[in-house]
Amino acid sequence: MHLVYPAVLSALLFCTGLYGVLARRNAVLVLMSVELMLNAVNLNLVAFDVWLSRTARETLHSGQALTLFTIAIAAAEIGIGLAIVLAVYRNRGTSDIDRLRDTAEGHETDALAAEKAEATA
Amino acid sequence: MSLASAALTVAAAAPHGFLSPTGVEITFLLVSVVTLAAALVTVTTRQLVHAALWLVATLGGLAVEYLLLTAEFIAWMQVLIYVGSVVVLLLFGLMLTKAPIGRSPDADSGNRWAALTVAVAAAAALVWVVVDAFRTTWIDLAGAPSGTTKITGASLFQYWVLPFEALSVLLLAALVGAIVLSRKAKGEATTTASTPAVPGTRSEKEGVR
Repeated sequence: MHLVYPAVLSALLFCTGLYGVLARRNAVLVLMSVELMLNAVNLNLVAFDVWLSRTARETLHSGQALTLFTIAIAAAEIGIGLAIVLAVYRNRGTSDIDRLRDTAEGHETDALAAEKAEATA
Repeated sequence: MSLASAALTVAAAAPHGFLSPTGVEITFLLVSVVTLAAALVTVTTRQLVHAALWLVATLGGLAVEYLLLTAEFIAWMQVLIYVGSVVVLLLFGLMLTKAPIGRSPDADSGNRWAALTVAVAAAAALVWVVVDAFRTTWIDLAGAPSGTTKITGASLFQYWVLPFEALSVLLLAALVGAIVLSRKAKGEATTTASTPAVPGTRSEKEGVR
């Protein structure tokens, strides 16, 4: 099989995930897009591992081992990420990323004013 | 096109060619079209639950691609962990954050066009570089498969034991972290306190497998 097929598919999947991360507003949908990007990397790892194990007689199978590690880390990441999203939702009542702007630079003055009011009270 | 002519000159020297694709290549292309289309629908649909269901199609298609690349063990792990548990977790997350059923007009944020520009530019650059670098490279899929459970297990437990064990500690830390994060403070504990922890621990168990 031509190596370009899996490599191009993986690049396109990665860019689809990139678009999702940048354009989506709901935090859970952003996590889905991150999963897409991780899967693109996995496909690359598997394809190049199969290629190297044939042409270079590489016996470590590093690509497949790293793919398994990536899958496990992605499972951990999705668990922690959803726990954080749920905590944010419980505190704020929303999971829109656009509304979580407490550390944004434009709102600095408001936060400072609120802090000052708290300090004086 | 210069690319096609270069491929043709290579095809004359090598026993492979663009114009005579093997059955595996045709299958790979068809499945990759389905996978990519499902991924595009996942990031563009306005119905949040449908996005999770299209993600299942994408991940299943990728499992088929792994099978075509003779990586059986990875393919079944993909089905078990991603399709089996990660998507269920995501659906739990959507329901616990009370995602609206049906169309939600504000699924995409305002910087949609900037995101589209960045993604298309990145795709063009990546595809150009990858095609230019690997247009004369072929995977030899004939012979014994290189990703059976036996081979993967042998290499995993011969050369990758230390990272494997470190990963189990990481998964334990993630499990504890998910429970701590999704637990309510003692005073305001209600019945909903335990529900977010359940999907978190499930994924960790699947991940260790």
